[in-house]
This record gives sequence, C-alpha cells and structure tokens, in this order.
Amino acid sequence: MLVFVTRRLVVSFFILLASTALTFFLVAYSGNPLQDLLELRGPQRDAKVAARTQSLHLDQPVWIRYLLWLQDVGRCLSPFGGPCTLGSDRNGGAVLPQLQTAIGSTLRLVVVATILALILGVVTGIVTALRQYSTFDYGVTFVAFLCFSLPVFWISTLLKQYVAIDLNTWLNNPTMTTAGLVILGVVVGALWALVIGGDRRRVLIVFATAALATISVMYVLLVTDFFREPYFGILGIAVFGVAAAVGWSALFAGLHRRGRSVLISAVTTAVAGAVIALLLRTVIAEGDWLVILLVTLGLIAVGLLAGYLLGRPTQRLAMRVSALTGVTVALLVVVDQLLRAYPALFQATGGRPIKTTGSATPNLEVDFWATQLDSLMYLILPTLALMLASFALYTRYTRASMLDVMGQDYVRTARAKGLNNRTVVVRHAFRNALIPLATLMAFDFAAIFSGAIVTETVFGWSGMGKLFTTSLSNIDPNPVMAFFLVSATAIVLFNMLADIAYAYLDPRIRLA
Amino acid sequence: MMAQDIENEPERIPPDNVPSTELEMATFVGIDNELAETGMGPPVGSAPMAAKTEFRIVAKRFFRHKAARAGLIVLALIILLAFSSIGFGPIPGWWKYDYTEFEPTLTDGGAPTLSIFPPAWGDHPFGQSNEGRDYFALTMRGLQQSLIIAFIVGIVSTIVGTVIGAVSGYFRGRIESVLMRFTDVMITIPLLAIAAVIAGQIGGSGIVGLGVLLGLVTWTSLARIVRGEFLSLREKEFVDAARSVGASSRRIIFRHILPNTVGVITVSATLAISGAILLETALSFLNFGVKSPDISLGLLLQQYRQAMDVRPYLFWWPGVFIVLISLSVNFIGDGLRDAFDPRQTRAKA
Repeated sequence: MLVFVTRRLVVSFFILLASTALTFFLVAYSGNPLQDLLELRGPQRDAKVAARTQSLHLDQPVWIRYLLWLQDVGRCLSPFGGPCTLGSDRNGGAVLPQLQTAIGSTLRLVVVATILALILGVVTGIVTALRQYSTFDYGVTFVAFLCFSLPVFWISTLLKQYVAIDLNTWLNNPTMTTAGLVILGVVVGALWALVIGGDRRRVLIVFATAALATISVMYVLLVTDFFREPYFGILGIAVFGVAAAVGWSALFAGLHRRGRSVLISAVTTAVAGAVIALLLRTVIAEGDWLVILLVTLGLIAVGLLAGYLLGRPTQRLAMRVSALTGVTVALLVVVDQLLRAYPALFQATGGRPIKTTGSATPNLEVDFWATQLDSLMYLILPTLALMLASFALYTRYTRASMLDVMGQDYVRTARAKGLNNRTVVVRHAFRNALIPLATLMAFDFAAIFSGAIVTETVFGWSGMGKLFTTSLSNIDPNPVMAFFLVSATAIVLFNMLADIAYAYLDPRIRLA
Repeated sequence: MMAQDIENEPERIPPDNVPSTELEMATFVGIDNELAETGMGPPVGSAPMAAKTEFRIVAKRFFRHKAARAGLIVLALIILLAFSSIGFGPIPGWWKYDYTEFEPTLTDGGAPTLSIFPPAWGDHPFGQSNEGRDYFALTMRGLQQSLIIAFIVGIVSTIVGTVIGAVSGYFRGRIESVLMRFTDVMITIPLLAIAAVIAGQIGGSGIVGLGVLLGLVTWTSLARIVRGEFLSLREKEFVDAARSVGASSRRIIFRHILPNTVGVITVSATLAISGAILLETALSFLNFGVKSPDISLGLLLQQYRQAMDVRPYLFWWPGVFIVLISLSVNFIGDGLRDAFDPRQTRAKA
C-alpha cells in the first residue's frame, strides 16, 4: 500500500511536470501577450512594453520561461525562498490572490454539484435497476440521454430565462388556483405511481395517496403563508426527525421484530435532537459555522449513545442508524434556520430571491444565516445546470452496475437462503454496485471542471472558469497556467484516490 | 519461408494450447451450440461469408433497438435537411434564400412564420435574424458546419485513439509506457480548456482545421479502451497461431486483432461525434471555436444569446438542433453497444 502510494506520487509528479510543460508551451504560442500594448498610441507605449516584457520574461526563450514559472510554483511548496505568487499576470499583479478567491467560489459550485449529482444519480440508478423495463425505467433512461445531449450553456440560459424569472415572480405573490393545485397533485401522484409501480390496484392506491397528500400539504403551506415566511419550528423538526428515524431504520434494519431496538434508539435520537434544538435555539439562531459543527457532532454523539444504550442485540447497527438520524436532525435544524432567514433576505434583495448572475449580493447587511441563504440562492441555478450531465452519468452507471450485481450468483444464494428483499438489496447488492463508481467519480470530476468554465461564463461567477477565459482571451499566460496547475493536480489526485478507494472496496484488487 | 520461420522458432507453439482440460472442451461445446443456434452452422463457407454473417447479426440486433432505430432515422433526416435545403458548395438547394442574403426590412418584426396548425412553412419559417437574414438558411448553414466538424472530430479521434491504443497494447514494453504516460498527461488537462487554448489561435483556419485539432485532443478514452482489448486479445490462441505461421506484427494487428475490437471502436466513435457536437458548441460559445463569418450552431447561440428576452426563437432553433443531433447519436451509440455486446442484449431480453 505504502509502496503503491509512493510510486503513484512519484509518477504523478512527473505527469504533472509533463502536463504543465505541454500546456505552458501551448499557452505561450497561443498569441502575443504584448498585443494590446502594441496597438496603443502614445508616449508611454515603449515603457509599458518594456515593463511587461520584464515582468513576464518575454525576452527569454519559452523553455526558460517555463523553468522560471516552475521556480515560482516551487516557492509555494517550500517554506522559505521568497514569496509565493505563482507568477504575475500581465499587469504585474500576483496570480495567487486571484487564484485563491477563484478556487473558493468554483469549489463551492463544483463540490455541491458533484455531491448532489452523486446522491440523486445513485438513488435513481438503484430504483431504475430494481424496476427494470418499467415505465419509470424507460422514462429515466430517456431523461438521462437527454441530459447527456444538452449543451450546458443552452440549458443554463433557458433556466435563467424561464425558471428563475418566473419562479421569482411567483414567490412575490405565492398563490395557486384550485385547478393549479389539482394539476400539481395529479402530476406528483402520477410520478410516485410510476416510481413505486406494482399491479394496477397498488398503482391506483399510490397515485391517490400521493396526489391527496401533495394537494393537502400544498394547501396548508399556502394557507399558513409558508412561501412568505417559511420555517419548520421545533414541532416540524421533531416530526421530520422521527420520520427520518423510521425511514433509516426501515432501510438499514427493517421494521420487523428483530429490528425493533434499532428503531427505538433512532426515534429516541430524533426526539432528543428536537429537545436539544429547542434548548439551544438562541445559540443556534445567532450561530456560525462552529456552532453548526458542534451541534452536528453533539447530535451524532447522542445517536451513538442511544444506539449503545438501547440497541441490544444489534448494537453496532443501532449506533450507526442513530448517528445517521442525528446527522439528519442537524440538517433539519440548519434548514430550519435558513428558512427563517428567508423573509429578511427577501426584503434585502428587493423581492428577487433566486439569483441569475454573480455569486453573492454585494453590501448585504443581514445576519449569518441570511448570508448563507443568499449564497445558496446564487448556487441553485448554476448547480442545476452543472449537475445534469453528471446526474445522467451516475444514473446510467449505477443502473448498469446494479443490474450486473443483481445477476450474480451470491445474490441468488442470498435469496435462496431466505433473506428478504431489503437485506439482499441493501446489504449484499448495493455496496458492491457502488464500487465502479469510485473510478467514475475521478473522471467526472475532470468533466465537471470543464463544465464549470461554461457555467461560470453564463452565470457570471468569478471563479476558475472566469479566470481562465478572461486570461486566455487577453493572452495572459500565468493565470491560465494557474488554472491548468490546479485542475491537473486535482485530476491526478482524484485518480489516485479512486484507485486506492477501489482497492479498499474490492479486496480482489491488490495495489502493488 | 513459412516453414523456415517455424523451424527457427519451434518453441513458438505453446504446449498448453491443446484443449486438454474439460473446461476448454466445455467452452468449445458451448461455442458450437451457439453457432448452431444462430444458424451459422459449422464453417463450411469461405471466410468472407462468415464476416458478412457477423455483420448481419449485428445489424439485426441494432435494428431491434427501437430508440437506436429512431435515432438513426432522425439523424439521417437532419443531415438530409441540412445539406439539401440550402445546398452545399456548388450544388444548389431547394430553399429560396441564401444564408448570406440580407433583406433591408424585417417582415413582421422577423417573427417565425412556421405554423403547425394549419401546417405551413411560410416565408421565413424560423424567422429572421437581426440583420434581416433568413434564419432557416442560417441555421441550416450552421447545422452543416457543426455536422462536418463533428464527423471530422469523430474520424480523427477514432484513428488516433485506435492507433495509439493498438500499438501500446500490442507491443507492450517501452512503447506502451511512453504512449500511456502521454495519455495520462492528456487526461490531466480538462478537455474544454485545452481545446480552447489550441482552437483559440487557429480559429481562422476554418472548420476543417478546427475539427482536426479537436480530434487530436479527444482520443484519450478510446486509446485506453483499445489498449485494454489488445492486451487481452494478444494472449489468445488465434494470435499465437497467426504468429506461429509467421504473420508480421502489422498483419496480426490489422487482420487478426483489430476486426475483433471493431465493436468498441464503433461505439466509441459514435459517442465521440455526439461529444464533438457539444464541445464545438461550447467552444464557439466561449468565442474560442468557429469564428465569424463562418457559422456554426454554437456561434449562432452565442450571437443571439442577448435576443433571449425579446426574440427567444433565435436562441431556440440552433439549440433544438444540437439536442436532436446529440440525442440521436447517443441513442445510435447505445444501440450499437447492445448490438456488439451480446451479453448486454441478453440482459435486455
């Protein structure tokens, strides 16, 4: 293992060296960095040309410039030996500070999109595999192919035009006609009926239940003015928390008699979490990231404790499920706080909460939660645009991999020895179906980096993509190289992590 | 000549090549049964006959795939529409306007005259651009250019990827490590970024140059796949047999191994085309791809992005065509994959 990692690190280092050299030469020959100055008229032209030539070492041959650039990069790695700047841009400013702000906003975009796409894609993929050749399966297949085929910038512009503007208008006056309610109920009901499937009677029951539930929930939300002043409250947290506890227990332990201790400890965790949220409500309302972290850790601890005390005979499973319930409750608390911050943000942003350009509202004077909600509002559309292709990818691969696993002999054996469907799917098939996704994630990360270039241009984010496109159009080599350096390093690292994860997850593969 | 080679290298015939174990016998029986089922029977006919049958089986499986069939039809219709409507090169088309013609005044504000009920084309079915050009003709021109770029990218990347993968998979050793490390280096660079850097400077050299250059950066995944196939195929008995009768490496690669990898290559080439359409549009959108006065679908989208508020149809049409092409090509690729990989077809039954 150690040998493998060391060897991979050495190889990766040389690959990075070659990759940066290749891109450096391409960028160096992509145009004349003095172009805009040569078009100037006036007395200062020559002085400016001389200054830029000096700062970018344009009087040296390209390979010497590359070595000088490497030296700049090297300074960032060693603790001594001059300031770390990653070279200077064409106006003489250091690249590193620009890169730091850019990485921050791009990472927010990319990480959120990847995580959401992964979770949604895996869940959808599993469901389609379990309902192979159903209407839902065909529908998802078509949607996945459609997502593959959508140009990112086209769908981004359409999202901006139709989703953001119309939704903002609706949020200003959140009302629905009776017909609208019924249509919404029918659509959601039909969707659930398709997802769950089964014989005709079951489909009808599912459809009716889902449609009625949607209509009544929507009605209550509208009546209580939820879309103007949304919040869960402690009651909401408790109800959703208990629901999550039951759901997680049903998924991982089953609701039969043997899984009862798991259910009890998870529900206890949810109730205890709600009580803690009630006790700490002022602290949380004025909180920051540290408070969120502490509350989450505390709730995990509560879950572990509940599982330990109440979870016999399946103690370890109970501890895991209860800890997961604790995380869910913490998430609910956070969502509740964000929702409570909505009216203030709505006021502060002039009634257009969903944003289409930029990454944060300037001069926003609101508290911590409203600031977080503000940046989330900016994230919605770019994330949606960015995750479509990844979502399709994960769905397809999970489905294929799950189908492959479900046809294996050991799954048949598991069924033959009388295990129920849940145990076979969750404990035997699901885990193994996830293994190939480790490699896929590494590849997808590279693709998402490309996608971010386009998405940032459409949505006016000043991230890595923006840094790249502006610098490339301005023929400004060092910021472009900074982009390549970061993306190449990230991709190399992710590939290595994927290989290690693969070997860890699949013991048949040995790293050597 | 042949006999000499064998005499020189008698150890070339591996002793374990004889089907002695029960397992191998079972495999052969299985293959025989399969052949009998597919109606191919024992190989009485000549070699070309067998190849034709293989092709027929694949074609039959492909056309069973409904989505792939639909994709093929849609793609054929789009290509036909693009090249017949405004003509190509010296050949005139049936559409009355040319994409370079300007009309000083916009008819009805340049609104599209296409209507579904009652079905009618009207004078300007897709409307008119801001400068008074017929938007149908413009879109068709962009469609032509984008299709040409996509096919060039598909061909170039397939050739480069196949050659690199085949050479490194077959020869192994130093050549393999050099080529594969080079592939690794290429993979560390985000595709759109490297394409932007390269295409930015040669944008003026026309769509063919752009297509070739994009092909030169998109071959990496195919090279890896082909290498993997070659690595396993070169250990097979029929390759040993060919080598033992003195076939040259070139002959073994092209006549013996490559035909066995045609499935993955075809699928990959198809997907490369749909990827290329999206890559070209993204590049043109960022201003690093096709440059005015050339037209492509991506460039049209870029130019009329600002028109989204007032005249959204200028933005819709090129996008719809991009999605249609990409979607149909993806479905064709899916159908091909099923057709070439019988294991998957069985799962689909």
